Amino acid sequence: MSLRNRLMHGLRILFDRRSADRDLSDEMQNYLDEAVAAHVASGLGPEAARRAAQIELGSLTAVHDTVRQSGWESILETIAADLRYAVRQSIRNPGFSLLCILTLALGIGATTAIFSAVYPVLFKPLPYPHASCVVTIWETRDGKFELRPTFGTFHGLAADRTKSFAFTSVMKSWQPALIGSNEPERLQGQRVSADFFRALGVAPAQGRDFQSSDDILNGPRVAIISNRLWQRRFASDPAIVGRQLLLDDDLYVVIGVMPSSFENILEPSAEIWAPLGYDASLPADGKEWGHHLRMIGRLRDGVAPHQAADELTVQLKAFAPLFSTGYESSGGAPQGILVNPLQDDVSRAVKPALLAILGAVFLVLLIASINVTNLVLARGAERRGEFALRSALGAGRTRMIRQLLAESLLIAAAGGALGLAFAAFGIRAIVAMSPPDLPRTGDVRIDAVALAFAIVVTTFVGICVGLLPALHASANDPQSSLHQSSRGTVKGHLLTRRILVVAEISISLVLLVSAGLLFRSIHRIFSVDPGFNSSRVLTLQVDSTGHRFDDDAVRARFFAQALDAVRGVPGVASAAFTSQMPLSGDSDVYGIEFASVSSNNNEAAFRYAVSPSYFQTMQIPLRLGRYLDERDTVSAPVAVVLSESFARRIFTHEDPIGQRVRLGPDAGRADRPWSTIVGVVGDVKQDSLAIDDSDAFYTTNTQWAWGDSQMSFVVRARTDPASLTPEIKQAIWSIDKDQPIVRVASMPAIVASSEAQRRFALILFEAFGFVALFLAATGIYAVLSGGVNERTREIGLRAAFGASPRHILSLILGQGMRLVVFGIAIGIVGVTIASQLLATLLFGITRLDPVTYLGVIALLIAVAAAACWFPARRAMRLDPMVALRHN
Amino acid sequence: MQDPTTDVIQGTLDLLILKTLSLQPMHGFGIARRVEQITRNVFKVNPGSLLVALQRLERSGFITSEWRQSENSRRAKFYSLTHAGKRQLELEAADWTRRSSAVARLLKVEA
Repeated sequence: MSLRNRLMHGLRILFDRRSADRDLSDEMQNYLDEAVAAHVASGLGPEAARRAAQIELGSLTAVHDTVRQSGWESILETIAADLRYAVRQSIRNPGFSLLCILTLALGIGATTAIFSAVYPVLFKPLPYPHASCVVTIWETRDGKFELRPTFGTFHGLAADRTKSFAFTSVMKSWQPALIGSNEPERLQGQRVSADFFRALGVAPAQGRDFQSSDDILNGPRVAIISNRLWQRRFASDPAIVGRQLLLDDDLYVVIGVMPSSFENILEPSAEIWAPLGYDASLPADGKEWGHHLRMIGRLRDGVAPHQAADELTVQLKAFAPLFSTGYESSGGAPQGILVNPLQDDVSRAVKPALLAILGAVFLVLLIASINVTNLVLARGAERRGEFALRSALGAGRTRMIRQLLAESLLIAAAGGALGLAFAAFGIRAIVAMSPPDLPRTGDVRIDAVALAFAIVVTTFVGICVGLLPALHASANDPQSSLHQSSRGTVKGHLLTRRILVVAEISISLVLLVSAGLLFRSIHRIFSVDPGFNSSRVLTLQVDSTGHRFDDDAVRARFFAQALDAVRGVPGVASAAFTSQMPLSGDSDVYGIEFASVSSNNNEAAFRYAVSPSYFQTMQIPLRLGRYLDERDTVSAPVAVVLSESFARRIFTHEDPIGQRVRLGPDAGRADRPWSTIVGVVGDVKQDSLAIDDSDAFYTTNTQWAWGDSQMSFVVRARTDPASLTPEIKQAIWSIDKDQPIVRVASMPAIVASSEAQRRFALILFEAFGFVALFLAATGIYAVLSGGVNERTREIGLRAAFGASPRHILSLILGQGMRLVVFGIAIGIVGVTIASQLLATLLFGITRLDPVTYLGVIALLIAVAAAACWFPARRAMRLDPMVALRHN
Repeated sequence: MQDPTTDVIQGTLDLLILKTLSLQPMHGFGIARRVEQITRNVFKVNPGSLLVALQRLERSGFITSEWRQSENSRRAKFYSLTHAGKRQLELEAADWTRRSSAVARLLKVEA
């Protein structure tokens, strides 16, 4: 109650300060009158009584001020007065204010934009009710490297047999073609096991969730659709539940619609879900043992991921021996299970880059703030007279500091507001060029959190930028400053400004060296040989959907005919297809058993099922034996081609040609026939140009255990392949017009986008580096220029005593370059530490790469020398007579 | 203590004002005069501090004020104690008694 009282009282005074003042004056007058009356009553004469009373009361104004300042509202009034004065000050110097505001807007805008991009990825909790309990589950062979789980593992580790998990689920991507009244459309979707939505903790908004009776081999064809698909394709039909959809060649019944708020972190573009439908009897030669699933789980309350992993590993060791044949078909049983929080898992790939970028943008903000501090200090030097006057008139030190802080906060607030506008644009640019594996880009926007961040940063910057100049200004001795002849204080503030310039240069060096290291890494990466020739190659993924392809022979015939049709397109030099494309994100690994290796552990390697002409089209060189060719048909003995480093590792001293192997589902099964190695080809980068993991085996698609439903076509053109795209698509559709063609891209674009994350970091670092360089250069210029102004008399004196122009030039240049050398020295120390953050993004060079360091130092010195040159030249050309009369 | 009149000890002014007002509503000068009389000029009330204290107590809701005629027919701002003020006076008085008797005991022991 008393707080409310105080608040109301203060507000009343704020709204009607005049009547409050009158009230107080009346009361004091009355006090005086009463005191006089009392003195008269005690026997004094009227004049003496008045004087005695006045002495008692003291200065009326002082009492008035004391009372007035005792309430909280007086603080607001002072702030308002400070702000009014600050506004007048900044309007009086529009150039100075604008420069400060723009510089800060740049810093705050960049920081806010980067923060809003980074926050949803790294820090914002996932949009699930038990977000911290949702984890991803992986198999592992060596305890570190994560391997996609098999259905067999999922089945063996079912949640109801564990203490750690409430639910677990496996899923894989699914792209059904939706056939209806509109033209056929390729949907993005997922095949999921029954507890998928329960593991995420989100239930359908309409209809029902999947049940375990849905997720069985040849189970009911049911689907749940997203709110977006419901609105987009079915006009929000209220009777959607129960409606039938034709997906590929099958009728599915819609059983549910997800809420519009449902965000699918694991596959953001998925719009439709259907049961996985794998065989729970786990046939040893089936897809149930392929490492192509993703697995998630929801931990029970209080269970840590590592405890869950320990429990699953123990269980795995118990049941894996019972299914050794199944595991052998895909490279052997895993050694253990890894459990990661989902948030870490989705952000881990991009985390190093994002943290480095976040660090870099804070350095940019720091430089911008230092620059503005420098400007304010310089401005403070010009306003010495004003400060002295104010302080002589009785402004206390705190009052002066408060006034100057109000000015810097006002500038920061204007800069922050403009910065938010910059950030809004910056965010769009960031999203547009962000790497495809950056999760949750849909959530990147200026929201309340970003706004709060910008406000906090703005306030902080406003205080930091103003505090140092305010301390300097308020420390002035009013008398000497009024005379304007003392140089003591000038020296003080020049020293501070020089220290700030040194800081700017060292931060610029840190940013530029980081940008340089990334630049050289990218350069190194793109000069890595991918193992094939990507020039003039177009790739597109062709599907074969529908029951007419249930027979593998029909499927193989379709792909063969489509390939022939593509070869017939004018301008096509050669064409082929493969089950997985290098550097495209495909990662298809199967087991391989070598007859000559006695160990029980099979090897795992990338599996390529290709058309015979694949090597020639991709120009993958032959090392030994022969390429796959037209002889290797379904009826011929299975011919296998190995990658070079794989063959060399397995057959150190023997000839690999003619050696016997069992592949994929046959690996480790003594009852299956052997296949024969017929050739060895050059290594191809599959996952990334930066990763040396080139174990691979190739067979023709007709000799592989099953017919893959999707094939990536690679087409080498005689000219620009992009112009051939329509004809190539038509050629494929001339064989079967219902087959969707997706992922159309040129091979060079695929190679480039495989390094999207490094490029993203590089672009931002380059931008930040050059902004920093520019700001540092203006900082050096401003300080030297100010120094020349203040030393005009001294320079004139030197010139009058016979110092040559050359001498004066080198005096000023030397002064500037000393700062640069200091800055560079400190910056080098800084960057050797800071570059540790970049280590994971570097490739082919160390973080102490001398070429980068020397290049950046040369660049910095050149730019700094240019910034020093202009003030130095002005000093050189000073006329001694004019200079001596200065001031 | 050479000077027989002392400035009011920090923090006791509120107590003195509340106690004075518990007798009857009074204007500022009246309060100052009454404090000086009752304490036999041991305490001298500074008018500035008094007015600040009155404003603070009024804001806290312990006293209220209104303008009315004083005994010598001048318009004066009269302060009076509220219910909350009465409670506050009891609290502060009890607190003061506890402290002063503690100090008194201590002094006796030392002597």
